[in-house]
Amino acid sequence: MIEELGTTSEGYMVINIGPQHPATHGVLRLVMTLDGETIIKTEPHLGYIHRSIEKMCESLSYRQFVYVTSRMDYLSSHMNNHGCSLVVEKGLQVEVPERAQVIRVLMDELTRVASHELWWGAMAMDLGAFTPFFHSFRERETITDIMEETCGARLTMNYICPGGVMADLHPDFQKRVKKFVALFKSKFHEYNELVTGNIIFQNRMKGVGILSAENAISYGCTGPVARGSGVSSDIRKLYPYEVYNKLQFDEVLETGCDSFARYMVRINEMLQSIKIIEQLIDQIPEGEFQAKTKAVLKLPKGEFYQRVETARGELGIYIVSEGGTTPYRIKFRSPGFSNLSALPHLVKGSKIGDLVATMGTLDLVIPDIDR
Amino acid sequence: MNNEDLKNKITELFPTATFEEGGEWVNIFIDPAQWKTIAERLRTTNELAFDYLFCLTCVDWKTHFTMVYHLSSTIHRHALVLKIKLERSNPEVETVCDLWRTAELHEREVYDLFGVTFLNHPDLRRLFLTDDFIGYPLRKDFEDPINMIKL
Repeated sequence: MIEELGTTSEGYMVINIGPQHPATHGVLRLVMTLDGETIIKTEPHLGYIHRSIEKMCESLSYRQFVYVTSRMDYLSSHMNNHGCSLVVEKGLQVEVPERAQVIRVLMDELTRVASHELWWGAMAMDLGAFTPFFHSFRERETITDIMEETCGARLTMNYICPGGVMADLHPDFQKRVKKFVALFKSKFHEYNELVTGNIIFQNRMKGVGILSAENAISYGCTGPVARGSGVSSDIRKLYPYEVYNKLQFDEVLETGCDSFARYMVRINEMLQSIKIIEQLIDQIPEGEFQAKTKAVLKLPKGEFYQRVETARGELGIYIVSEGGTTPYRIKFRSPGFSNLSALPHLVKGSKIGDLVATMGTLDLVIPDIDR
Repeated sequence: MNNEDLKNKITELFPTATFEEGGEWVNIFIDPAQWKTIAERLRTTNELAFDYLFCLTCVDWKTHFTMVYHLSSTIHRHALVLKIKLERSNPEVETVCDLWRTAELHEREVYDLFGVTFLNHPDLRRLFLTDDFIGYPLRKDFEDPINMIKL
């Protein structure tokens, strides 16, 4: 039940955190019941940025609805577009040219690095360290520049579309990606020196926000949150799509179950993404970047489900089609929504100072949760 | 377990379930009254071990609602789609948030946007919309003359 703000009959204090709070990275509101500094209960209140994307999609065609999804998890917009394109292609049984597949995977991995970079900077800023933010943005900017050149946008790219990708790669793409990889590799040690090895940082992260493997599965956690608890959940490995099954990379698993384990998963995932980019950047096959599809797409009657690995975890797209030009019902199973549901459990009994540190390791993007 | 084995096992355990063809996974329809017992057995039977509820949603078919549960097992890596037909006049179904904790927020979302009541849910109230909001937006007959633009 909703607690009234103020003091309860047991002497607990009920306070609001958010919706305007710098540490919630968006419009997340948490109603906290506190006993002194100890957290008794946390209750997320959602809907401040609810746009009802699922309802909007019901009146958009199979080409149009892809673009709305860039606005869900704006830090992994390529992956959102990718998932939507895959589900439409699955319904239409379109074979995507290999060049488009490789471009898509490259874009996905670049986005993953960019997303984790932003998370890393913001995470350190949540804990009071301001400098890492500039370090991470220095590298992230080069990725957004690459995106801008090829896709024409820096955040909501709308580049991947049913059948392939919107346009061919910019002639400078390969050169600039290689330059970025070299830059990233030369600077990566700074991340570990600045934050990972920092004793104050480790003390704030280790043993905080414990999520057991069993609970991680029960709460539906995916992505780095689940992998920090040792639950194998990488869709790229379990249910490979595009060219992922031909690539050499590891699923990063940590068994610490605490905030530090989740932190380490993301740090090491960046290196794995760089590994994938290095494998593909010289191997982009020649050919078409888009399959020939009809101008108006019509999915056959039935149900289609596709999952992709975004930077935050498993994104599921469930389409119910009646055979028309628009989806009858569409459901986005967003990773952030399920990851958030574990937050009240994670912070229960810990100090309020640890709330922000724990919340940071969940890497919440509020438009993804509210949709 | 592959789809064929899964089908046989489910017919053995729940003889009343009916199968639906199509899709990449096994689709079954069950009776709302049996849902809770079936859910418990799906979760606890060792050969099935459906411990991961990865999608929970509802579809409005104008004449009735269909609850759709996507279940998967992190041990055996098989998946199952479970469907429950609900009456449109009084949609009610038993909650499963004690079996899969992720269901708590997902059921609240369905309650908020479809108006399906989940019996014995610990905290059933609107999730995204305000408490005084009238109507259920994802129903097909929802009308909002001010904010909805018909294309």
